[in-house]
Amino acid sequence: MTFSFEIPLLILLILTAGGAILVKDLVPAVFILGSYSFFLALVWAWIGAPDVAFVEAVVGAGLATVFFLLTLFETAPKDTRLHRPPPPWAALLGLPLLGFLLLYAASDLPKFGDPASPASVHISPVYLENSMHDTLTPNVVTSVLMDYRAFDTLIETVVIFTAGIACVLLLRRNQA
Amino acid sequence: MIQAHDSVIVLTLGRLLIPLVQLFGLYVLFFGQYGPGGGFVGGVIFGASMILSILIFGPSASYSKVAKKVVHGDGLGLLIFAGVGGLCLIGGGEFLNYAALEIPGLEVASRRYVGIMLTQIGVAVDVAVTVISIVFSLSSNDEDSHA
Repeated sequence: MTFSFEIPLLILLILTAGGAILVKDLVPAVFILGSYSFFLALVWAWIGAPDVAFVEAVVGAGLATVFFLLTLFETAPKDTRLHRPPPPWAALLGLPLLGFLLLYAASDLPKFGDPASPASVHISPVYLENSMHDTLTPNVVTSVLMDYRAFDTLIETVVIFTAGIACVLLLRRNQA
Repeated sequence: MIQAHDSVIVLTLGRLLIPLVQLFGLYVLFFGQYGPGGGFVGGVIFGASMILSILIFGPSASYSKVAKKVVHGDGLGLLIFAGVGGLCLIGGGEFLNYAALEIPGLEVASRRYVGIMLTQIGVAVDVAVTVISIVFSLSSNDEDSHA
């Protein structure tokens, strides 16, 4: 029996997520968040989504860390006013209840990779069978993103463009 | 705010790594039709390499000159993407129906292939420019305006 990486990976994921919230100093918190993104990328790769793993590793661990660090260095990296009040009893009671409800609902979801699940019987077979013939593109993810669903991708590109424009408009000062 | 790093190790490794990262970004962009990757990741990796050069060599170094120019290209990627869609309209098809691209001597499938590649380049340009302009706007400093 091969050693399964799933449990240690998920434990590390939860540990880094909790650590990023609990650490008082903000710069280490940013780095812990970056390592969380790396573990999450490993999880994506493990469940067979290398495209998502790519994006998670580059954006989550690389770019987001750089953005957070630049923001911290522009403001105050050591915020000593960072006092966290103890959580209210409603949160202590409500959040575990919500988590229990979500877990209860998750038991109704189709199994991972189930060929009879609604997601894999509706329209994915059409894409999978016709991608090579229609577009000469073996990677179905790319052909779905860029051809079958090109409108969605166009609007996503507009969203990214708008985000960049908004950042420049809000943050660039004193520059001609 | 951002200045050139003064460690020889960092500078040398940066000179070695940045072209490699850019090459990998281009590979991911143009190999996206055969393996994992595509326009978004390729653009982000390419933008990250330029951010690396800004962080290591400083915004005024010759390495970062390209990145400073790139910021003016905001919207170019969107123009490429929507322009391909517009070319499809001119070719007599629906918006973003790459089969209507007027490229002589190509089958319908090959036209779709070319359309996918062109729109991927558009997405990559858009993402890279956005990422670099966010870094520049986050690090916009007072020294620049005083000098």
